[in-house]
Amino acid sequence: MNDAPLNRAELTAAKNKTVTRRLFLVVLGMFGFGFAMVPLYRLACEVGGINGVAGTPAGRVADTAAIPKPVDTSRVITVQLDATVNTGLPWEFRPLVKQIQVHPGEKVAVSYYAKNLSDQPITGQAVPGITPWQVTQHFSKIECFCFTQQVLQPGEAKEMPVYFTIDPAVDKQYATVTLSYTFMNTERDYTLTPAQHAAMNTSH
Amino acid sequence: MSVATTHDHHHDHHGPPRGWQRWVYSTNHKDIGTMYLFFALFMLFFGGAMAMYIRAELFMPGVQLASPDFYNNMVTDHALVMVFGMVMPAAAGMANWMIPMMIGAPDMALPRLNNLSFWLLPAAAILLMLSIVAPYIFPDGGTPVNTGWTLLPPLSVQNGIGMDFTIFAIHTLGVSSILASINIVTTILNMRAPGMTMMKMPLFVWAWFFTALLLIAVMPVLAGAVTMLLFDRHFGTSFFDAAGGGDPILFQHLFWFFGHPEVYVLLLPSIGVLGLVIPTFARKPLFGYKALVYGMGVLAALGMVVWAHHQYTIGMSLVATNYFMIGTILISIPVGLMLMNFIFTMWRGSMTFETPMLFGIAIILMFSFAGVTGVMLAVVPADMQYHDTMFVVAHFHYALIPGAVFGLYAGVFYWLPKWTGHMYNERLGQIFFWWTTISFNLTFFPQHFSGLAGMPRRIVDYSIQYTEFNMISSIGGFLFGLSHLLFLFIIIQTIRGGAKAPAKPWEGSQIGTPGLEWTLPSPPPFHSFTEAPVIK
Ligand SMILES: [Cu+2]
Repeated sequence: MNDAPLNRAELTAAKNKTVTRRLFLVVLGMFGFGFAMVPLYRLACEVGGINGVAGTPAGRVADTAAIPKPVDTSRVITVQLDATVNTGLPWEFRPLVKQIQVHPGEKVAVSYYAKNLSDQPITGQAVPGITPWQVTQHFSKIECFCFTQQVLQPGEAKEMPVYFTIDPAVDKQYATVTLSYTFMNTERDYTLTPAQHAAMNTSH
Repeated sequence: MSVATTHDHHHDHHGPPRGWQRWVYSTNHKDIGTMYLFFALFMLFFGGAMAMYIRAELFMPGVQLASPDFYNNMVTDHALVMVFGMVMPAAAGMANWMIPMMIGAPDMALPRLNNLSFWLLPAAAILLMLSIVAPYIFPDGGTPVNTGWTLLPPLSVQNGIGMDFTIFAIHTLGVSSILASINIVTTILNMRAPGMTMMKMPLFVWAWFFTALLLIAVMPVLAGAVTMLLFDRHFGTSFFDAAGGGDPILFQHLFWFFGHPEVYVLLLPSIGVLGLVIPTFARKPLFGYKALVYGMGVLAALGMVVWAHHQYTIGMSLVATNYFMIGTILISIPVGLMLMNFIFTMWRGSMTFETPMLFGIAIILMFSFAGVTGVMLAVVPADMQYHDTMFVVAHFHYALIPGAVFGLYAGVFYWLPKWTGHMYNERLGQIFFWWTTISFNLTFFPQHFSGLAGMPRRIVDYSIQYTEFNMISSIGGFLFGLSHLLFLFIIIQTIRGGAKAPAKPWEGSQIGTPGLEWTLPSPPPFHSFTEAPVIK
């Protein structure tokens, strides 16, 4: 071999090193991007609402001034009540009645029953959901146990009320609505900020 | 082209070291390519065995062979093995073998890294196999990995120890393919012989260039996502746990940010093979080479921003679903352009129908069909109906088996003479082609109907009205599986002997590709292009 190809080989080796180093940086950057998606995604949900087809998956928190509306007694809507306990929360949780008939515009009260089955006090947070989603914008909660965290002492049981009203403007095709709650255990290493609670109760 | 074995004192320049050291310590692109291909062949049978179990279980309604959890475990690992263990290593093996020879490089740019990226694969395969047996051999093994290859939380957080092995396997596979991709991009950018400009490179090299870039961009995101999963499982974080303020939907976004581009990772190398096979056997230069290169670039770029079409049913805002729907439908433009270019290449060519060409034509027909069902699935209101049914299973098997796997088979038959120095048995090759193609269609075509009729995917049992469709599917599946024994036989037979292959085994070799691989004898010497050839 003469000198010329040797120089060429050295040159290629140096170029290889540069390109390789840059590509490794891209890899590191994309690995970081994956983790950056965590706050970015939360932001996209809160600001852009990309994750809610309804915008308000849990219904509205009632604006009390807007409540006095004529009750539409000409029709009834069946509201089904549903309860789920998330894994990791040793509670019993169920609605006192499975379903009720309400008139649009009527102020309705229902209750859930929750009991702490463990031997320690636990703070839970209920996350609401309403189906079909087209109803959510007409479904207003006046008072709900999901607005705040709930503490249950060992063995303690509680009735948890919800007051709500369905706007008469809701389309006639929605004759059945499901209101469901999932109770979560907040006592993990990560706890929700008050702002996140508010976000859970209004829009995602 | 004469290839000089230079007479200097490096004894390894005379040939490969003997025995096991040749393979374990190999830094030779041809040997590493061979190991990749054999690894892929082994995994083809491993993943295929799982598919045979799935079809046997679905032959009749009811649960016959094993528990539903085991069934779902097999569905998960069939996908992981076929995607990461079979298609990607097979394509990487072809890249290792062919790219340096095509562009006139003596080897890959980073030969020792190349050794590492291959040897990570068997380690990952062992981890995957452990993930299957772990629930049974560990006292608190928990449930098997029954999530499907998407590994969605919260189920994947609740799975037993098998999920940890799966996560480590994915990490290992990810590192392997990232290293291989860095190597390939560096080789293509820096190691081309003088005169081999980027726009002179064979289409296969371009296809792998975009594939490698995609892998470098999305593999780290998957690695990050499964790392978060691991943390949620063991370190009390709540990335995906709603109880702790996380969101399981986030994992879906991360997974599909990787998962959709991954489809093009599987597809593009085979498009590259088509770009050589079709002009070779049509004896006409490739029509619209530049359009194909740009088309692949557009495809790769668009593929990065349409991921949430897998998630229409999660309740995204209508603005977001509209965006992902339109983006997805736009993808049919570059894909259609590529298929048109291949058809125009064949137009008025002097075509012959050797096995690689038969596969090439079958790919164009069947992959177009997958494109049509793909547009159906891209339309949001229609997808609400098809989502998670066997229709989706039929769609992506039509996309991936012709689009990726048959492209690799075309490549195997196209290059076997170059790799082994022997011509394969053409009659057996053609029997294999017709056997696989017919049995493939028999397997997956009925699944369109059972899916449209509402049969859900990933479930061990089904309602009796789907029985006939599933029986046809299973019989087709068994025949499809069996055909691969013939494939294995042809490969072994060709390695062991056969008619001697000339440097240019196909009449249209040099028309098919402007690359330098045909200037080397078949099989090529252990070291090729130690002195750079010059291209006019
Ligand atoms: Cu996709």
